[in-house]
Amino acid sequence: MSTSNDEKRRAQAKFATKLIHFGSEIDEATGASSVPLYQASTFHQADLEASQEYDYTRSGNPTRQALEDYIALLEGGERGFAFASGMAAISSAFMLLSQGDHVIVTEDVYGGTYRLLTTIMNRMGVESTFVDMTNMANIKAALQPNTKAVFLETPSNPTLKITDIGAVAAWAKEHDLLTMLDNTFMTPYHQRPIELGIDIVLHSATKFLGGHSDVLAGLAVVADSSLGRRMKQIQNGMGNVLGIQDSWLLIRGMKTLQARMEMSEKGARRLAQWLSEQPDIDVVYYPGLPNHPGREIHEKQSLGYGAVVSFDVGSGERAKKMMSRVRIPLVAVSLGAVESILSYPAMMSHAAMPKEVRLERGITDGLVRYSVGLEDIEDIIEDLEQALRG
Amino acid sequence: MKIESRLAQIGSQNDPDTGAVSFPVYQSTAFRHPKLGQSTGFDYARTKSPTRKVLEDAIAELESGDAGFACSSGMAALQTIFAYFSQGDHLIVSLDLYGGTYRLLERIMSRFGVTASYVDTNDLDGLETAYQSNTKGIVIETPTNPLMMITDLELVCTWAKKKGILSIVDNTLLTPFLQRPIELGADIVIHSATKYLGGHNDVLAGLIVTKGKELSEQMAILHNSIGAVLGPQDSWLLMRGMKTLALRMERHQYNATAIANFLQKHPLIAEVFYPALEGHPGHEVQNKQSSGNTGIFSFKVKDARLVEPILRHIQLIAFAESLGGVESLMTYPAVQTHADIPLEIREKVGVDDRLLRFSVGIEHVDDLIADLDRALSLAQAELEGGA
Repeated sequence: MSTSNDEKRRAQAKFATKLIHFGSEIDEATGASSVPLYQASTFHQADLEASQEYDYTRSGNPTRQALEDYIALLEGGERGFAFASGMAAISSAFMLLSQGDHVIVTEDVYGGTYRLLTTIMNRMGVESTFVDMTNMANIKAALQPNTKAVFLETPSNPTLKITDIGAVAAWAKEHDLLTMLDNTFMTPYHQRPIELGIDIVLHSATKFLGGHSDVLAGLAVVADSSLGRRMKQIQNGMGNVLGIQDSWLLIRGMKTLQARMEMSEKGARRLAQWLSEQPDIDVVYYPGLPNHPGREIHEKQSLGYGAVVSFDVGSGERAKKMMSRVRIPLVAVSLGAVESILSYPAMMSHAAMPKEVRLERGITDGLVRYSVGLEDIEDIIEDLEQALRG
Repeated sequence: MKIESRLAQIGSQNDPDTGAVSFPVYQSTAFRHPKLGQSTGFDYARTKSPTRKVLEDAIAELESGDAGFACSSGMAALQTIFAYFSQGDHLIVSLDLYGGTYRLLERIMSRFGVTASYVDTNDLDGLETAYQSNTKGIVIETPTNPLMMITDLELVCTWAKKKGILSIVDNTLLTPFLQRPIELGADIVIHSATKYLGGHNDVLAGLIVTKGKELSEQMAILHNSIGAVLGPQDSWLLMRGMKTLALRMERHQYNATAIANFLQKHPLIAEVFYPALEGHPGHEVQNKQSSGNTGIFSFKVKDARLVEPILRHIQLIAFAESLGGVESLMTYPAVQTHADIPLEIREKVGVDDRLLRFSVGIEHVDDLIADLDRALSLAQAELEGGA
């Protein structure tokens, strides 16, 4: 009884409290204030007849389990799963499908997801259609008799387009389609898709959840127990699980998620505002800007705008020049860390996408993506200004 | 350089900045670009990560291959290789195979149109019969687990080459210290590095080694796209384990041979399956293609009712899944590792309720024999008392 009372209390706590008191924050055996690293691959079977919780680390490990329960609690889902990378989580979700199935996907989906679908899943008989999901009619038009799933990314990467999660989830339920959503940019602090009707939430936990550019990891949370059983079979069957040290590091990072997101988002809002005031910046993409076409829907379904701002400096030449002059952000792939990271989608995250497809999706040669870290925002702006104007 | 020296030196002289003898753990996921369009060789940890790379280069060299890939588990390695195949493709697979491989093929790959036939991979006639126009690869375990059946790698890889199909060899049980399948004609070698390579039951990991430029490039794309990569701490722990591989394998083998001989003479034991024993059907082929024997073997007790008390009475030897660690483990394949394989296949190969698998550790052999002897005597006494 007390266990279920504890669970209830945890589920009802405010987000910041959940982040610290998630159930495994104290080790039962020793009272230790941090989950131990169970660096074991196998577990002694005390009794042949009795089944025990852990037998082999690929199938289950106490440190990884603590993380999996943690993300399930934060996302308000039934069960969590930890994977070796965000792509390992996403590829596992697609393995729920079968040959002959069709999936509708957000048009400007992450380049790695695009590559997975168009070079591997297609060979396995899974067909995909990429649509602009800002318009429900496009999604409806893509429906085929063999459509089995819808894959959403909102805000999308890197042009931060907004999809109405609740509307898509409701429509998908009517047609008996599985819904999956990549929640990397928002994290459960800002957006909890399961509460809006989504079946599977996916994360590249390498980004905001880990938050320190020091763990490669993926997470999945499912909304119900039958999906949980299917996902478990895939995770255990394919063995693409997260290691022990990395599970522990991710838990450690997640404890400060809200504090980090609050500060980074505040900085991003200021940066987006400043950029939109600059006459020589062509376009600024940020859902918090008053002129962002998806702002209203985003505000309905999310509690914040996130820490990523994309903007078009006009040409590839100018983008390259600016990137060589910045002093604060790391010029690198990835995002969502304590340090600011400046990326060039055309040559980095979306390099796997054919040029004509890339341009069609607004990922121009002048487009850069700024992931705002925890540095002082005035320093960030001053640095950007000298890089742009110099 | 001899393999013992190469093993001991893994990663030792790879850090030019500090001279650190143990290669550092690069926990970083992102790498700064010196300039746009320029890279240090590292961009994002899923694609390539410094600590993982030292491990990957080491296993590629040890297995005489061209490229190595580290994955989050042995099954993740296998899954990455299976993604090379497409809907409509067919594979030939060892009949006496690991339960996890069977499950991956039958419950997951089958849904994507990849089919498999399970045959004795040492039987060329059987291979010809199983071969179909859409067959694209053969997956060989030698020795098999748990029945220690041996496949003549040179013979079967030559056959595969003639057919134009990929030969994939699971080298988990022997490791490159004792057997190097690529030198015998294999295209891909796979490891559950959780076992002997790691050797301490403390790292879950898988490794892939490919031969040939094109295959290596394709595997790199799959490895990066699917993302089931090994973390830096686990990569480091695995290298740490591999440095003592030669020492451990020698002791595993010495202990296993002594215990197999002890059990073969024991009145409660019906049969011992270990290629080091002269009566083993694969003994000669094993001696030809490998420089030694693995540290696990299986045995059948005369009466299935002995299994439960034996597992209850062993004290030094732990009753647990997995194998290849410094500590001795006993497994009951029918209910543990092979539970997912249908009864008819299990019985066809002989994985029945009398079979036990013993992963012999590096404890002193006298203590292991004493523990086993005691458990067998107590089990017998219980059986007689209860009868």
